[in-house]
Amino acid sequence: MSSFEPLDGVHIGHLRKHYFVGGGWFGKGRQEIRAIADVSLIIRKGESVGLVGESGCGKSTVARAVLRLVEPDAGSIVHDGIDVRALSGAALRQYRKRAQLIFQDPYASLNPRRTVRQTLEEPLRVHRQGSAKDLARRVESAITEVGLPVEALSRYAYEFSGGQRQRIGIARALILEPDFIVADEPVSALDVSVQAQILELLHALKTSRSLSFLFVSHDLAVVRHFCMATNVMYLGRIVESGPTDVVLDAPQHPYTRLLRDSSPVPDPAQRIDLSISAQELPSAAAPPPGCAFHPRCPRAQARCRAELPVLKHVHGQPEHRVACHFPL
Amino acid sequence: MVEHIQAPVLDIRGLRTEFLIDGQWHAAVRGLSLTVERNETLAIVGESGSGKSMTALSILGLLPKGSGRIGSGEILYGGQNLTRLNERRLRRIRGSEIAMIFQEPMTSLNPTMRVGEQIAETIQSHRRIGKREARELVQALLRKVGIPSPEKRMDDYPHQFSGGMRQRVMIAMAIACEPKILLADEPTTALDVTIQAQVLAVLNQLKAEQGMAMIFITHNLGVVALIADRVAVMYAGEIVETASVSELFNHPAHPYTEALLAAMPRVDVKSAAIRPIPGQVPSIQAMPRGCAFAARCPLKIERCEQDAPRLAPLKDAGLHRVSCFVRNPEAA
Repeated sequence: MSSFEPLDGVHIGHLRKHYFVGGGWFGKGRQEIRAIADVSLIIRKGESVGLVGESGCGKSTVARAVLRLVEPDAGSIVHDGIDVRALSGAALRQYRKRAQLIFQDPYASLNPRRTVRQTLEEPLRVHRQGSAKDLARRVESAITEVGLPVEALSRYAYEFSGGQRQRIGIARALILEPDFIVADEPVSALDVSVQAQILELLHALKTSRSLSFLFVSHDLAVVRHFCMATNVMYLGRIVESGPTDVVLDAPQHPYTRLLRDSSPVPDPAQRIDLSISAQELPSAAAPPPGCAFHPRCPRAQARCRAELPVLKHVHGQPEHRVACHFPL
Repeated sequence: MVEHIQAPVLDIRGLRTEFLIDGQWHAAVRGLSLTVERNETLAIVGESGSGKSMTALSILGLLPKGSGRIGSGEILYGGQNLTRLNERRLRRIRGSEIAMIFQEPMTSLNPTMRVGEQIAETIQSHRRIGKREARELVQALLRKVGIPSPEKRMDDYPHQFSGGMRQRVMIAMAIACEPKILLADEPTTALDVTIQAQVLAVLNQLKAEQGMAMIFITHNLGVVALIADRVAVMYAGEIVETASVSELFNHPAHPYTEALLAAMPRVDVKSAAIRPIPGQVPSIQAMPRGCAFAARCPLKIERCEQDAPRLAPLKDAGLHRVSCFVRNPEAA
């Protein structure tokens, strides 16, 4: 990162997270999973940035590592000039108020034995945010802000529909007044009409509270709707990034093209040629050498099998970058 | 387009499927009629609670005993009414002539059995064949659904397969007895888009090769556009609109179909605004008297809350049928 770059927003540099699975005594049979090989992202203030890719590409690990819910092995996280990775103890706790996570499945992430009020009060208690009266006031204002009635506070999570539960999940994420939200597939489990309601709510909150979003999704249509910039991830690395419209309408990486072409469009005139060949994401324990996409790539050549491509600017497009030896 | 020359493979007339809730029977499917033909994919599209899965379970006679029942209507298949068959005769049809695949293949596969054995078991429960012959058949089936090196993979357990591969195994099992009708209930919903495209391709090819009739249940209009020949849009237990796939997407007529399309973000157009549908699907315990969509409908007129519209052909478009007073005067 150059020293001239403004440090507003969230700057993630060369994040890495490897896991070890299996293995008995003496580490025999132990496998190293490179969930995040090398990921850099910039989320500017008030901007929503998409992170897309197939299951297993490492995008959810990025979501958690950025918030230090899993500790990255290496890399930097700088939020408005604060070196987040250097924080510990009280300073880290203090920081956590600013950065919150919204989960995919609001049911699994809400405690079934607590009322909505208890769920929303808990973060405020943990962070000692004022008197009982203040707490009640903030909880009531949060639940109204996400479009639920105050009466909802005395009920339990199971009494709500999927969309309403996601609203509760959003209220919980907002209660400490963060300015950075990581949303991990926040609308994937919802029906299309409810999905639209939640996307609209997130958009309204983003504007009214000037929130920055890292929006993790496998759904390019949702990302196109919500995110100004998009990053495409493949086996632990960003392979293409840029303004969403440019990335989706003029993809440079063959993988982005594949994702885009596989995404269904509600127009039978745009039917794609479906291929029955079984090509899947390789294991992150044994990523292919060179460009990890080469076994699935129709353009792969000898160089792709040997040499890892780095992210480079697309000619004439300062914001658009691609990691491919032979871009489209 | 498929013309109505041949007799339909499946003909459902006035199906009413009911569930017991707090001691009372309530209808989840209300007077549904539809037909499917050979080599045709009919997509049933609707949101959670629209009754689309209940329709599939009714066809297979898989409603929960005691708490679910077919209240009225006929399901005609091969000259017999499936709702009148006893369990033994139904079992003979189910899995061989009418097969089904579900959203989550892991819950439908036995985790302790090799996948090859499971497929062979399906075949052997409907046909008398030897062990070696069954093995060869299983291999051919796995090859047909695009599983690489089937001679090795058939001896693997379900957990050794990825989600997409498991769904292929399920399809292989479903088509093992060359069914006339394949019911697919959200078969690609849990899959990545790349894998979804592959699985849809497998289904499409099998439909064409074997001349199957396919009923494809989904909530995703994008998937409908990809795979359907004909579409039925369900809302609150009823079909509110049905048409050929091109007609439905080019000239949607029911306000609910329009609302679904407007609520869906699109990958192919610059961030156009999406419009959520206000309100919620009515509960099956509190179905309104008139049109079930009226409470959420921007076109509502007084009549919509009084009378229930009828699914009737649009004038000058015989196969396009719409149940809406405002959009189709014939619905009265």
